[in-house]
Amino acid sequence: MKLEAELPHSAREPRMTRLARAVLGRQPIGLAFGAPYALFIAVLFAYPLGLAVWISFHRYFFTAPGVSVARPFVGLANYRAVFADPEVLRSFLNILIFLVINVPLTVGLSLLLATALNAAIPFRAFFRACFYVPYVTASVAMVAVWLFMFSSGGVVNSVLGPLAPVPSWLVNQNWAMPSIAIYVTWKQLGFFILLYLAALQNVPKELYEAASMDGASWWHRLRSVTIPGVRTVTTLITLLAIIVGANLFTEPYLLTAGGGPNGKSASPVLLMYQTGIEQNHPDFASALGIILVIGVLLIVGVQRLLQRNQT
Amino acid sequence: MTETVRTVDEVAVASEDVTAVEPRTSRSWWRLLVLLIGALVFVFPFYYMIVGSLQKQSNTSLSGVLPRPSNITLHNYGEINAALSLGKALINSGIFTGGVLLATVVFGVLAGYALAQLRFRGRSLLFVMMLLLLMVPFQLLIIPLYVLIVRNYGLGNSYLGMIAPFAINSTAVFIFRQYFLQLPKELFDAARIDGANELRILTRIALPLVRPALLTAMLLTFIGPWNEYLWPFLITKQQSMQPLAVALANYMNTVQSTVSNPFGTILAGAFVLAVPAVVLFLAFQRYFVAPNIGSAVKG
Repeated sequence: MKLEAELPHSAREPRMTRLARAVLGRQPIGLAFGAPYALFIAVLFAYPLGLAVWISFHRYFFTAPGVSVARPFVGLANYRAVFADPEVLRSFLNILIFLVINVPLTVGLSLLLATALNAAIPFRAFFRACFYVPYVTASVAMVAVWLFMFSSGGVVNSVLGPLAPVPSWLVNQNWAMPSIAIYVTWKQLGFFILLYLAALQNVPKELYEAASMDGASWWHRLRSVTIPGVRTVTTLITLLAIIVGANLFTEPYLLTAGGGPNGKSASPVLLMYQTGIEQNHPDFASALGIILVIGVLLIVGVQRLLQRNQT
Repeated sequence: MTETVRTVDEVAVASEDVTAVEPRTSRSWWRLLVLLIGALVFVFPFYYMIVGSLQKQSNTSLSGVLPRPSNITLHNYGEINAALSLGKALINSGIFTGGVLLATVVFGVLAGYALAQLRFRGRSLLFVMMLLLLMVPFQLLIIPLYVLIVRNYGLGNSYLGMIAPFAINSTAVFIFRQYFLQLPKELFDAARIDGANELRILTRIALPLVRPALLTAMLLTFIGPWNEYLWPFLITKQQSMQPLAVALANYMNTVQSTVSNPFGTILAGAFVLAVPAVVLFLAFQRYFVAPNIGSAVKG
């Protein structure tokens, strides 16, 4: 816009537009269209990310408003404290337990249900709706129901009778984290069924027909046609499960009463909340957050590379 | 997955079709059995929520699964309303969700259109930033966001502070971009030659063609803020500002011993929280289908 003021001659107009195009692109209006989103990213993503990095390298704590305190540079001290903290290490182990249970269950069950749905069957829309209803419902609402279902005198234990674990699921050291993994599997499954369904509909019909002609069994068709056909979705689900695991907060906070018992179901984000905001160590919590960001990005990067090599 | 070039209409139609892939010869009884068991497991907690919320005397044992006419009451709904002021909490949830939806529709559509159909400097940077935003979970930035929004800007206990980190849903921007990409370039070039400006092209030509995508993106955007717990929980310490999810969770954690039937009261609150999202998705379920979402996720 400045250029226009500097070049008032109408004779220069074409050259000016050419220059503007060279600088701003063929359709500069795109800058205006993208500006609000760019501003959003800058203010609420890039800047906070930078601030998190800064906080993680300094000694930082909350003070009363208007009070200014020294925030000395401490190098990697916060990161060292994070890796030396047994609670943090425990929370990473918890996420590993979560993934070991959640990923195979999710992949297996959503593929099974998607395969079952992928046919002209009665009440298809009804079944599909049943499966994704938990996905669209607030976790707080569903957690409330699970709390009662899995309490010591709850429905699940009534059915199991003497087989019920003591203490009950959500307050049992060994069952707290698996319970969360099973809950999250149940909650998210509907979304993954839809993804598998989309992938199954892209598998060429001819492959199944050819396999049937060759007398392939149901199991053989599954192994040599279906599973390779939906591999992209399977890797995507694994990836999304890792991101969900890195994100876990509501479930350990509400379902197992703050990551209990004894931190056996604490998640990294829960620890970020507890140390950063409840205990006023935002520097420690920021370092933990940055480690998780790097971890997630590394895993995404590795997955992208693997996928590129496969295709 | 192969990149399929389909027009938007075809996608919408295909999504409603029942496409049987496996040959008819395979028996379908096992499918129905698997689906029935699955449906039971998925729907039972909802059923239990309703039954439990109507119980006069809480019965958490097996016999409580079947409703007994003598034990049915709406009292629990009155009780949760008295404890949380449901109306206010629902209004807070509504403002939070509405603000996010509005910002996403206006600015997200503009950004999606620019990313798909306009050439301008910085486009690839914007695209890369969007992908980054999709990958890095928002929860990992709660500490700096809390420092900025609550401490530095003093936006704690405000709608603006609640909405800001969610304002433009990047998944929705991505869906918009994917759908605008599928529209033929010639359409836009013709309109440009006719002298239409880009805003007019977007609102009069492009948007009407991607209506299904708009609805899919809106549905996916809706469940974000409506169901969100961590962020509004962090920044609303006054109950009068809390969305229903936060108010209910606080109630679950603290005051449940003060009422006669905490079981029924909490489930009544859970039901009120769950119903809007479920009803919305059932009403618009033909837009929440695999191809629409698949196009968003496969990239």
